[in-house]
Amino acid sequence: MPDDKNLNLSPKSADRIAKTTCYMCACRCGINVHIKGDEIRYIEGNRDHPVNNGVLCAKGSAGIMQHLSPARLNAPLKRVGKRGEGKFEKISWEEAMEMASSWLKPIRETDPRKLAFFTGRDQSQALTGWWAQQFGTPNFAAHGGFCSVNMAAAGIYTIGGAFWEFGSPDWQNTELFLLFGVAEDHDSNPIKIGLGKLKDRGIRTVSINPVQTGYSAVADDWIGITPGTDGLFILSLIHVLMKTGQIDLDYLIRYTNAPWLVIRRPGSADDGLFLRDENGQPQVLDHKTGKPISAETAGIRPQLKGEIALPNGGVAVPAFMLMAEDWLNDEHSPEASEAKTGIPAERVYALAGAIAEAAFKREVVIDQPWVDWKGEHHDKMIGRPVAMHAMRGISAHSNGFQTCRALHILQILIGSVETPGGFRFKPPYPKPAHIHPRPAGKPDQVKPSTPLPGAPLGYPMSPDDLLVDDQGQPVRIDKGYSWDAPLSAHGLMHMVISNAYAGDPYPVDVLFMYMANMAWNSSMNTRGVIDMLTETDPETGEYRIPKIIYSDAYSSEMVAYADLILPDTTYLERHDCISLLDRPICEPDCVADAIRWPVVEPDRDVRGFQSTLLDLGARLGLPGMVDADGKPLYRDYADYMTNHQRKPGIGPLAGFRGQSGKDKGRGDPNPDQIDAYIANGGFWSEELPENARYFKMANQHYQDFAVKMGFFDKPEPYCFQIYSEVLQKFQLAAQGHGKNQPPQHLRERIKACFTPLPQWYAPFEGDMVDSDTYPIHALTQRPMAMYHSWGSQNPWLRQIHGHNPLFIPSGLARSLQVQDGDWVWVSSHHGKIKVPVAVMEGVNPHTVWTWNAIGKRRGAWQLDPDAPEARKGFLLNHLIHELLPMRGDGLRWSNSDPITGQAAWFDLKVNITKADHEDDASAEPAFPILGTPPDLEKPASVLRYGDSIIARDKKENNQ
Amino acid sequence: MTSLPPASDVKLGLVIDLDICVGCHACVVNCKEWNTAGYGAPLADSNPYGKNPSGSWLNRIHTFEAGHGAEAKVVHFPKSCLHCEDAPCVTVCPTGASYKRAEDGIVLVNEDHCIGCGLCAWACPYGAREMDPAEGVMKKCTLCVDRIYNTHLEEEDRIPACVRTCPTSARHFGDLGDPESEVSQLVAARGGFDLMPEQGTKPVNKYLPPRPRQSVTADEVDLVAMAKKTTPGGFWKWLDQSLDRLPG
Amino acid sequence: MRPAASLIIFTTLSGLGFGLASLIGFGLITATSPKWVMIHGVISLGLIGAGVISSTVHLGHPERAWRALSQWRSSWLSREGVLAALTVLVLAIYFADHLYHGVPRVWLGAVVGILSVLTVIATAMIYASLKTVARWHNALTPVVFVLLSLAGGVVAAAALSALEGMDGTVALTRLGLITVVLAMIIKTLWWLTAGASGSGSTPESATGLGSLGEVRLLMSPHSEENWLQHEMGFQIARKHSHRLAWISLILAAGVPILIMGLYPSSATLLVVAALVHLFGVMVERWLFFAEAKHTVTLFYGARH
Ligand SMILES: Nc1nc2c(c(=O)[nH]1)N[C@H]1C(S)=C(S)[C@@H](COP(=O)(O)OP(=O)(O)OC[C@H]3O[C@@H](n4cnc5c(=O)[nH]c(N)nc54)[C@H](O)[C@@H]3O)O[C@H]1N2
Ligand SMILES: Nc1nc2c(c(=O)[nH]1)N[C@H]1C(S)=C(S)[C@@H](COP(=O)(O)OP(=O)(O)OC[C@H]3O[C@@H](n4cnc5c(=O)[nH]c(N)nc54)[C@H](O)[C@@H]3O)O[C@H]1N2
Ligand code: SF4
Ligand code: SF4
Ligand code: SF4
Ligand code: SF4
Ligand code: SF4
Ligand SMILES: [Mo]
Repeated sequence: MPDDKNLNLSPKSADRIAKTTCYMCACRCGINVHIKGDEIRYIEGNRDHPVNNGVLCAKGSAGIMQHLSPARLNAPLKRVGKRGEGKFEKISWEEAMEMASSWLKPIRETDPRKLAFFTGRDQSQALTGWWAQQFGTPNFAAHGGFCSVNMAAAGIYTIGGAFWEFGSPDWQNTELFLLFGVAEDHDSNPIKIGLGKLKDRGIRTVSINPVQTGYSAVADDWIGITPGTDGLFILSLIHVLMKTGQIDLDYLIRYTNAPWLVIRRPGSADDGLFLRDENGQPQVLDHKTGKPISAETAGIRPQLKGEIALPNGGVAVPAFMLMAEDWLNDEHSPEASEAKTGIPAERVYALAGAIAEAAFKREVVIDQPWVDWKGEHHDKMIGRPVAMHAMRGISAHSNGFQTCRALHILQILIGSVETPGGFRFKPPYPKPAHIHPRPAGKPDQVKPSTPLPGAPLGYPMSPDDLLVDDQGQPVRIDKGYSWDAPLSAHGLMHMVISNAYAGDPYPVDVLFMYMANMAWNSSMNTRGVIDMLTETDPETGEYRIPKIIYSDAYSSEMVAYADLILPDTTYLERHDCISLLDRPICEPDCVADAIRWPVVEPDRDVRGFQSTLLDLGARLGLPGMVDADGKPLYRDYADYMTNHQRKPGIGPLAGFRGQSGKDKGRGDPNPDQIDAYIANGGFWSEELPENARYFKMANQHYQDFAVKMGFFDKPEPYCFQIYSEVLQKFQLAAQGHGKNQPPQHLRERIKACFTPLPQWYAPFEGDMVDSDTYPIHALTQRPMAMYHSWGSQNPWLRQIHGHNPLFIPSGLARSLQVQDGDWVWVSSHHGKIKVPVAVMEGVNPHTVWTWNAIGKRRGAWQLDPDAPEARKGFLLNHLIHELLPMRGDGLRWSNSDPITGQAAWFDLKVNITKADHEDDASAEPAFPILGTPPDLEKPASVLRYGDSIIARDKKENNQ
Repeated sequence: MTSLPPASDVKLGLVIDLDICVGCHACVVNCKEWNTAGYGAPLADSNPYGKNPSGSWLNRIHTFEAGHGAEAKVVHFPKSCLHCEDAPCVTVCPTGASYKRAEDGIVLVNEDHCIGCGLCAWACPYGAREMDPAEGVMKKCTLCVDRIYNTHLEEEDRIPACVRTCPTSARHFGDLGDPESEVSQLVAARGGFDLMPEQGTKPVNKYLPPRPRQSVTADEVDLVAMAKKTTPGGFWKWLDQSLDRLPG
Repeated sequence: MRPAASLIIFTTLSGLGFGLASLIGFGLITATSPKWVMIHGVISLGLIGAGVISSTVHLGHPERAWRALSQWRSSWLSREGVLAALTVLVLAIYFADHLYHGVPRVWLGAVVGILSVLTVIATAMIYASLKTVARWHNALTPVVFVLLSLAGGVVAAAALSALEGMDGTVALTRLGLITVVLAMIIKTLWWLTAGASGSGSTPESATGLGSLGEVRLLMSPHSEENWLQHEMGFQIARKHSHRLAWISLILAAGVPILIMGLYPSSATLLVVAALVHLFGVMVERWLFFAEAKHTVTLFYGARH
């Protein structure tokens, strides 16, 4: 046999293996970076890591190429041409920092609101939010507002925790899994690992999604719902389950506010509020006495049915009666919703039956005694093994908040939240709205040279917590926490530029952005936004948005529109902190946090943004960032990670605290903390005690553990809020009660949307445009192998997704007479684009879709201007406007969920026509080629990565 | 020589589960990054930032749709070399560069001997071989021969890169020559099949079919009945009775 | 399959060269003077050599081409290499011997003749043995290659004979007429049978998903064309293939038949006939590749 004599079966893959955290997306898996010489040989998943257990996705595996992208910025830049021309001059860091501080100092000293600081795909909001607070501007938010804030808020306000990556299905124990509108999600690898486990156990998965790809393709059942109608579908499931008595009454009584008494006194200012005692405690009807008593009393059995007359008129009834009255109504029957949802009533019955069967006939019992917050002992943990998960298919609609609430209520009704086999929180959740802070930034809280008294983002509990002025007008630039979007817990990133441009509610002086490609894929109305960024005031000749500071690591579309660029490092070159104070990486059974550290040194004049931000803070003399002498407190971000304390004993990292490095959660700073993390594989994790793993909201063991870890200062047990008093308070305001009332033009909308029990209302765009003219829903999906805009610079990933066809249902293709590769015009109320199509069967017949963020602006990302991303790739964003079509009153609402301000990307309705055949068609609109910063690395025409590593190996082997 | 070795008892290969592959391309890219700096020449990419980017890959994911209308099913379909027992790619090779290992059946290309004639790629029915655009030699899946016996790796890591990285565990590695092995058992239990058996290549790799849909449909009479049964005496009566049954 | 110029040139030129060599070897045309021995030698060896050189152009590593001689026990490509090398060697000896002795050595010529035909068969078998390309995987494929090679050889021999002013020209032209007609009949038969045959593989058998219904490609593994698609996914429109088939028939057979029938001894026209025939075979060869469908395409959206 001519076996290969040179075949080396045991090559050494690394001189050293550096363990850190991936940042090819926000999932934050643990990675082992194999390094040979000074080159990266290989990146694999870290088997010990709680997030990914050793697996690694396509993006993570392409990290080497991201790290070496020719589009990496290489020095601070000062704009020299016009905005958008992409003409820059390299400057020193000193000059850059001086420039930034000279812009920001006067603002802080006069009117801190004039700084709008918005961060995108950021994972250091604990730092950036604090920085904004210390600066004193209320105008801070991260990317949640254009992402899935309505889902986050619905979760927090209803069950004290949300989907996103804040909770997880109980993969080990569930017997039925329902997935609503998820293509990929932040928990990219965990969901896949979990689905693998379900398949292994033969557990049925049902995907409710207009499109059958990815997770929906492997689901045992696919329900191709019409977009925007999940609320109806879920309420019809609730209707059936209630009607047939397939609900968990014991659970409802113990863990939810279903028994709480609600005042019914129509027209009065307390109508619909909970009946409370003098201590503010909500009341329930005691089963034995039939009398109201505090819901917190131990040993009672509250009633779900009944009525008591109130001394000053009206009655109070358990919230459960309102639920039953509402949802048993035939308007919620499967038959009533099938025309809108496109799901035959029989399938709803069947699914409801399957849910009931799994929940009640296959209950999971874990032999684990535990004690609840009232001191009652339970000898077992009993679960209803139906797990559900949802993401942007629900949240990217203007009715997403209420739909998501309906979904959580469905979970609660069958007793499957925080019970074995159901949906589980990841610490530090659960944490209900009332123990989160309220947003800071009321008019009297914003003062020159003064920090805000609290964090700019928080959870309002009533109209009193809104950030509005005396006239009820917004005080934040994005109009967050105003009557436009009262519960906008993450701000409204997608409105910042258009509001700042319009000077509505006021102009800003500096727009400071970080890691958000706002001039392209993360904005609605992309062309409009580009114009807003470049338009000048004819009187002064100054840009409407006078100064823009931006931090990116790569030559993205946004870079060309900034005045000052603070170049970041790549994720393998810097310190980062994946903190419990931010979006942690915990799993339901363990608390965990992690770091990134420079596993290779940058070869360019770039700095980690967080270090830059701390430097800037110190130059501005922000409290907490300088000592008494005005000297910087922190050398860099690593120093801050180690030594900063949010409150005594609590710092950015929870592991290896105290001088000994043995303290967990709470403890003094440990100078060797980062080394301890590195030695431990880049992360820290601590298992929850066995008896603390379920029923966390009501579990004494968990509450004690949470206090020990520093999540809370005292135990904070609570009940799930099926009936939302918070929403009712806004409802009452809209009805004319209280001192803070909505402006006239928003009253009807608030009345319609702020219902204390979730209701379905039609998505706004779908409702406002003529459905004969725009009959088709248009959606985007996340490609698993690509991350927003930043994956396209990656030569491996872009071979997988170099352009994106519009996938159209076969019926539509037949009527349009188009085939794969033909081109169509797609128009909406706002614009028109020309795109290539691909025909598909597995998609809702009224829906078309494409991959998100594949289309690129010519010239950006160091790609050839003729790259397929620019020629055949496209964005749906050109069709989506940040404002809805004009209404009768001449006003235009923002294209958002009216409750949280969540951008309603998926409400889009379009019309499609066949385009004339052209041999070399290109996607439209086409934009001029973007200029790129000076001296970027020249892209290779042939790439042979590994060449020098192989050569080195050969040499070694020969020696 | 390029004649095939006598059939070996050990037949190392992959078993790929089409029932759970979500088409994430993790195996594709991890394969590329492991192999580009390992076995043979780098897996090159031409026009990596240009108009028609293309490169050599040892594993690719196709997405198919089968059937029509509501019954249509999307299937993600990974494909790499199947390490065929009767590998035509080996016997056509004029130089002996292409060979099948006697000891474990792995089909490899000795890149130092390959003249880059491309014939083996024509002989392979599956498209499992690709000419490297820069090196001009034939590239194919090596079954990670430099991992599976690699004593520098932890025992549990001595599996192909694609298998180790697959988040859904859709890929299994083992000895398909041993009927007792886990992979053989899987194939037996799940009705694992060959691709294009009519080509007579006798692939070692096997595919597990997507399981039939367990749709929650109206056919499941029990469930529908359960969901339609009315509570005797109406909801409120049911409520009273149920509450009475609750402990406490 | 994408027609590679190097392979078209190789198979046509060397086919013609080996055809001519076999005619010389079998003594159907024998040079009458040392000068003409030289000319025969240069032309036949030249055609073969040019073909072989061109065939190495598409190799990634031509400098290692010698290795291709090693696997004759299993590989038709290797056999072709070995046979071609042997043929060239023996043919050269044959000419040298002819020059030296003034008369050709008959048994050596027979060896040349047999080796030449075997080489052409080996070339054809490279394609005919590929089950992946149904059109090629056909018993007629080597027959077509041999007949076309011989037909070209005879036409070229007739042209040489006329140029040389030999007596047997008309007999050779007659033989030429017969072989060309025969070659074209077989080729047409090939088109009708091989051309119509499917590989027996389908997207359903390729994916094993047939039980779910008709299988269609929804997404390619990579959004832009990869090497496999470039190499094997080449498609030619039916319309063009028909037109080209006619062109190849007219050039490879029609024109030479007319010339050979009407002007059986016109040296100039016979040279033209040989050249036109060669072009015709090139078109035939182009189509041979262009129309070939590889089973790989079943994974990339082809139906059969
Ligand atoms: N690989 C990769 N991973 C990512 C990202 C990425 O870009 N790439 N981005 C990250 C970010 S920022 C986010 S926000 C998450 C988002 O993660 P996902 O929520 O998975 O995001 P989308 O891809 O927007 O998926 C939305 C899904 O909802 C479906 N859908 C649309 N409308 C409806 C509807 O009305 N009802 C139902 N039931 N379904 C509907 C769509 O078909 C699609 O499958 O992913 C994160 N993870
Ligand atoms: N049509 C449509 N549009 C959408 C969506 C949709 O579903 N459909 N989804 C929306 C959602 S949910 C989201 S979250 C947004 C996402 O939109 P963005 O948050 O804007 O996400 P990216 O496009 O990834 O842009 C992030 C920027 O960060 C830069 N960057 C990458 N790495 C680093 C780094 O290490 N340091 C620094 N400083 N910068 C870095 C990148 O170069 C890029 O310019 O898109 C939204 N847009
Ligand atoms: S999911 Fe992938 S890209 Fe995201 S962190 Fe994990 S490995 Fe990295
Ligand atoms: S990694 Fe696994 S799930 Fe992903 S494409 Fe490959 S085989 Fe399929
Ligand atoms: S799959 Fe193709 S390359 Fe692999 S052994 Fe079989 S024939 Fe050869
Ligand atoms: S390309 Fe290389 S391995 Fe393939 S047949 Fe030719 S010489 Fe053999
Ligand atoms: S076994 Fe190795 S070489 Fe083959 S596909 Fe998997 S990772 Fe690639
Ligand atoms: Mo997002």
